[in-house]
Amino acid sequence: MTAKKSSEAARQYIDLYRHNSELIDRACDAPALNRRRKDALSVFESTPFPCKGDEGYEKTSVEEIFAPDYGINVARKNIPVDAARSFKCDVPNLSTLAAFVVNDAFVPSQGLAERLPQGVTFMSLAEGARRFPELVEEYYGRLATDSSAMVALNTLLLQDGVLIHIAKGTKVEKPLQLVNIFSAPVPLLAFRRLLVVVEEGAAVKLLVCDHTQDSGKAYCASQVAEIFVRRGARFEMCSIEESSALTSRMAQTYVSQEEGSVTNVNTTTLTCGTSRNEWRVSLNGSHCESRLTGMAIGSDEMHIDNDTSVNHNAPHCHSDQTFKYVLDGKSRGAFEGRILVTPEAPFTEAYQSTRNILASPDARMHCKPQLEIYNDEVKCSHGATTGQLDHEKIFYMRSRGIPEAEARTMLMQAFMIDIIESVSIPGLSDRLRHLVERRFDGTLGSCASCNSNC
Amino acid sequence: MKTSLLDVRNLHASIDGKEILKGVNLQINEGEVHAIMGPNGSGKSTLSGVLAGNPAYTVTEGSARLHGVELLDLPPETRSHEGLFLSFQYPVEIPGVSMVNFMRAAVNAKRKFLGEEPMKASEFLKLMRQKREIVELDANLASRSVNEGFSGGEKKRNEIFQMAVLEPRLAILDETDSGLDIDALRIVAGGVNKLKNERNATIVITHYQRLLDYIKPDFVHILYKGRIVRTGGPELALELEEKGYDWIKEEIDGTGKED
Ligand SMILES: Nc1ncnc2c1ncn2[C@@H]1O[C@H](COP(=O)(O)OP(=O)(O)OP(=O)(O)O)[C@@H](O)[C@H]1O
Ligand SMILES: [Mg+2]
Repeated sequence: MTAKKSSEAARQYIDLYRHNSELIDRACDAPALNRRRKDALSVFESTPFPCKGDEGYEKTSVEEIFAPDYGINVARKNIPVDAARSFKCDVPNLSTLAAFVVNDAFVPSQGLAERLPQGVTFMSLAEGARRFPELVEEYYGRLATDSSAMVALNTLLLQDGVLIHIAKGTKVEKPLQLVNIFSAPVPLLAFRRLLVVVEEGAAVKLLVCDHTQDSGKAYCASQVAEIFVRRGARFEMCSIEESSALTSRMAQTYVSQEEGSVTNVNTTTLTCGTSRNEWRVSLNGSHCESRLTGMAIGSDEMHIDNDTSVNHNAPHCHSDQTFKYVLDGKSRGAFEGRILVTPEAPFTEAYQSTRNILASPDARMHCKPQLEIYNDEVKCSHGATTGQLDHEKIFYMRSRGIPEAEARTMLMQAFMIDIIESVSIPGLSDRLRHLVERRFDGTLGSCASCNSNC
Repeated sequence: MKTSLLDVRNLHASIDGKEILKGVNLQINEGEVHAIMGPNGSGKSTLSGVLAGNPAYTVTEGSARLHGVELLDLPPETRSHEGLFLSFQYPVEIPGVSMVNFMRAAVNAKRKFLGEEPMKASEFLKLMRQKREIVELDANLASRSVNEGFSGGEKKRNEIFQMAVLEPRLAILDETDSGLDIDALRIVAGGVNKLKNERNATIVITHYQRLLDYIKPDFVHILYKGRIVRTGGPELALELEEKGYDWIKEEIDGTGKED
C-alpha cells in the first residue's frame, strides 16, 4: 500500500474504489477511461484534499466538500431519465442542441443524434471512448494533469461523461446545451466529466446549466472539464449554476488554446450551496484571445469561490478576466486570480479585474489577484475593489418613488450589466438579464424551469 | 380661503453632527411659487434634502407637513408618492439603469401606492413621449442610462422631465437654472409653468433673478445660516440682485442673533 492518507474523507473513496473496482470498470465499459484509474488512485492516495487556508484555498475547504457520506451510484442502477424528460429549458427563443446529465448519466434530448449537424459529436463519453478510442485516448486526461486530488478522484470513480468533438472547419450554428441535473431520493455524489475538442478552424458555442431537482437532499458534484481549442478555432461557453443550498460543487475547467484560437467563457452562479470553481487557461500558441468573465450572486449562506489562472506561454496573446460578485445575507465570496506570463510570451496583453458589492453587513468577500511576469514586453493590469451600493444613487431613486428594495435590486442588476452583455451566445444575454433580475427580486426558483411538479 | 400645502415648523437638522438647519419655518399654499435665495452654504440644499428624506441628514426637531401628512415620519419613496418632488442641484448618474426602466419603476410604484394597476406598456411609452415634449428632451437621452454622460444642462432638463411625468403637488427646484444655456432656461422654465396649476406649488431655489423673470414667485425667502431671515415679495429678489447679501449678513450677524 502506498502513502497512507490521514483524512477520513479521502479514505472512504479509496475503500469504495478498492471494493468495487471491477464493478466500476464493468459498468463503465470503456477501456480508455478505465485504464486511467490506476494512476489516478496513486495520485489520490498521495495527495490530500486541500483544506481551508491552504495555498489557493484560503476560504474553501475541499476536504469538507467531500467529507459527507454521500451515496455513489456505483452499479449505475435506476437512473432517473424522466428527470431529463420533464426538464423544460428556461431559455426561450434559444433553440439549442440539448443533452442532459442526470446525476452522472448522459441522456440526449429526443432525436439529438439525428439533429446534430455534420462534423459534430455530442454524446456519452463512455460511448465515445468505445466508438472513437484513439480520439479519447489522445485527449482524455491530458489537460487535467496537475496533481489535484479532486481531478484524481474524478478520474478514479467516474463512470461516464460527455464528449463533444467539432470536426476541422465545422462552424456550428446552433449552440449546444448541456443540462446537469441532480435527481435522487438520497444524498448523492456525482462524478461528471466533460471532454471538448474543437478542431482546427472550427467554432462552437456551449451553454451549460446546473440544476437541482430536489432541494431537500444533499448533493455533491465533482466536475472536471477538459477543453482543447485547436488552431484558429473558436469556443464560447456560458455556464450557469442554479443549484440548491444543500448542493456542493467542485468544478475544474481546463482550457488549452492553440495558435490564433479565441475563447469566451462565462461562469454565472445564481444560486448554490458551496461552489468552488477553478479555471485554468493555457495559451500555448501565439495570437490567442481569451476572455473569462464571471458573475456571482450570493445570499443567505451561499459560498462562492472562483479561482482562475491564465497562463501565457506564447507571444502576442490577449487575455481578459472580469469577475463581479454581489453578496447579500451571510454569503461568502472568494476570487483568486492569477496571470502568469512566461519568458516565452513577449507582447502579452493580460488584464484582470474584480469588482464586488457587499449588499449586507454580514457578507464577506476575499480577493487575491496575483501577477507573475517573467517577461518585459507585456501589458498587464489587475484591479480589485469591494464596496457597497451607492447611497446617493439609492436616495435619488427613492426620491422618485422607487421603494428601497427595488432600487437596490435595480442597482445590483445594473452592476452586472457588462458581464451579462459579454455573453455572446445569441439570445442568451437577454435571458441572463432576466434570470439575474429574478434572482435579485427573489422570484427565481428552479421550479419555474421544470415540469416535474415535485 | 387658501389651502395650506406645506407647513414647516421649527425644523432643525444636522449632518455628521453639525447643525445646518436651525429652526426653519415655511408656509406654502396651493397655487403659490416661493423662491428661496441665500448665500452659498446657507442650507438651501440641506432644506430640500431634509424635506425629500435624504437619510444623510438627521432631523433633531420640528415638523414638516405636506397637505397635513407629516413628511418626517415617512421614507423618501412615500414622500414622493404623497406628491413631493425634488429636482436635484446635482442629479445622480446611474450607469446600467435605463431611463425607461427607471421611470417605469417610479410611475408604477406610485400607482401601486394609489392602489392602481401597473401602466400598460403602450400607455407608458405614450406618457414618456408626451412629457418629453414639454421640456424638449431628446429621445436619445431618454433611451440612455439615467443621467450617464448627460451634460450639466441635459441633466437639469431631465429633472424637469421626471417632474412632468410624476406630476407632484410640491416641486422643489434646487438650482435648476445652473448649467442651462439661455434657450434651455426658457424651455425648462416654460415647462415648469406649464405644469403649474391651482392645486400644486413650487419652491425655486436660485441665486439669480434671471430664472425668476420666467418663473414668477409670489414670495421670496432669504435663508441664511440655517434660518429664514427675511421674507418678501418679488421685489426682494431684485434688491438682492442689486445689493448682494452683505446688508443681510450685517443685519443678522450684527444684531447678535447668531447662536
Ligand atoms: N457631510 C457634511 N459635514 C459637515 N458639513 C456639511 C456636510 N455636508 C454639507 N455640509 C455643510 O452644510 C452647509 C449647508 O450646505 P448646503 O449644501 O445646504 O448649502 P446651500 O445653501 O445649498 O449652498 P449652495 O448655494 O452652494 O448650493 C455647508 O456649510 C456645507 O459645507
Ligand atoms: Mg445648494
